[in-house]
Amino acid sequence: MRASFVSSEVGAGLRRNLTMTFAVVITVAVSLALFGVSLLVRAQVTTMQDFWYDKVEVSIFLCARGSDAPSCASGAVTAAQRDQIRADLESLRPLVEEVYYESKTEAFERFREQFANSPIVENVTEEALPESFRVKLADPTQYDVVASAFAGRPGIEQVNDQRKVLDQFFRLLNGLQAIALLIAIVMLVVTVLLIVNTMRVAAFSRRRETGIMRLVGASNFYIQLPFLLEAAVAAALGAGLAIISLVAVKSFVIDGVLAPSFQFTAFVGWDAVLAIAPILLLTGIALASLAAFFTLRKYLRV
Amino acid sequence: MILFDHVSKTYPSQNRPALDDVSLEIEKGEFVFLVGPSGSGKSTFLRLVLREEHPNSGTVWVLGKDLNRLSNWKIPTLRRQIGTVFQDFRLLPNKSVFENVAFALEVIGKPRSHIRKVVPEVLEVVGLEDKMERRPDELSGGEQQRVAIARAFVNRPMLLIADEPTGNLDPNTSIGIMKLLDRINRLGTTVIMSTHDSQIVDQMRRRVIELETGHVVRDQSRGVYGYAR
Repeated sequence: MRASFVSSEVGAGLRRNLTMTFAVVITVAVSLALFGVSLLVRAQVTTMQDFWYDKVEVSIFLCARGSDAPSCASGAVTAAQRDQIRADLESLRPLVEEVYYESKTEAFERFREQFANSPIVENVTEEALPESFRVKLADPTQYDVVASAFAGRPGIEQVNDQRKVLDQFFRLLNGLQAIALLIAIVMLVVTVLLIVNTMRVAAFSRRRETGIMRLVGASNFYIQLPFLLEAAVAAALGAGLAIISLVAVKSFVIDGVLAPSFQFTAFVGWDAVLAIAPILLLTGIALASLAAFFTLRKYLRV
Repeated sequence: MILFDHVSKTYPSQNRPALDDVSLEIEKGEFVFLVGPSGSGKSTFLRLVLREEHPNSGTVWVLGKDLNRLSNWKIPTLRRQIGTVFQDFRLLPNKSVFENVAFALEVIGKPRSHIRKVVPEVLEVVGLEDKMERRPDELSGGEQQRVAIARAFVNRPMLLIADEPTGNLDPNTSIGIMKLLDRINRLGTTVIMSTHDSQIVDQMRRRVIELETGHVVRDQSRGVYGYAR
């Protein structure tokens, strides 16, 4: 194997077919960039889930005077009921990690803080707000256990899972990710077709050389290697562009725009970008090489 | 060297076999003319020897190998021992004479030092030692064919296959090419040459195998051209 000979063949091949090479590089770049973005969104969902599931809690609102839930028919919650609920919650350990009681006064304080600039505060009295237990679960997905144990019990108006609200948001993000992934897959298919065609044209335009190579007894591997390397080099260039655009998304869109405007939540770090980059590179090179390999097997047979 | 044992070959798109039950043997060191009208099966015969085609039935032995049982990855090894020359020369137009011959060695992975040594040697054999840097389009047809022969011979193959090598050349140039092939044959290489050129066959007085519609109709040592009827 003569490296200098093979590399000069690869360079000549890429130059000879410059427009096709350019097309391959661009489609690989676009499809892999989309693929990378979809992976980034997935990483973002994971990051946010880690961040938020740690903070979410199940709220058990207790009956206040005038609650119209059926379980509140006997009026406001009694001290005995409240103690019983607390004891039952404690008995659910270790699923229940923390139980925190929020009195009417505390609820009112928090309400005033949250809506500090809103005129609604003036219309709300301490009495109108329910007291509640805030329960933190060791495993937030086990919400149903708590809900079935407490919902509908006398003295309990409502059991609320904050996670449900978050899950809607995550479903939205997952949907976006699925769409990005779908487009990426379609683009990757287009890329493969383009590479197949490019290889066909390349094999055809060099049929003189390859014909002579076959006659003088060059091995299949030696005949195909320049073509395979051409496809791989073009794909690597495309993957490089895709990685650059991913870095741009991270530093300009996420760090530059999203993170400053949405400070209440966490965003993906550079470690996610660092993990995705080699995936893009390998996907690009593997896809191009495989497409080229199977095309050449058809057009450069012995 | 070459043994055809009841070999038949029919191409998928045709009803008539290109070769029909051909059996013959070619010994080491022979010089064989393959004659016959177009479509008589000469090219198919040569393609079978190079294993560019498989026979439908029968066995082809080349250089001691049963080609039916030769696995695909060993074909290159077989072809390295067979030189091939064609009517249309098949040179690379953007490479010099030296590079064209060197190409055959580069693609089978020979080291550069070896190439620098043997390419001038073989170009001297074919009489082109002073035109090594020329491009094919700067050479006459006869000279281009000499480059092709040099490329076919540079590995010192056991067998040289020439498919109408003088088909594009004028009679005087053809004589020069024949002298060259004769010289290569005397160096120990078996030569099989298909041709339509009766003058050459008559002058050389070598073995002649005549094919017609896929059958061997004549096999003469020291034969002449002229269809047997």
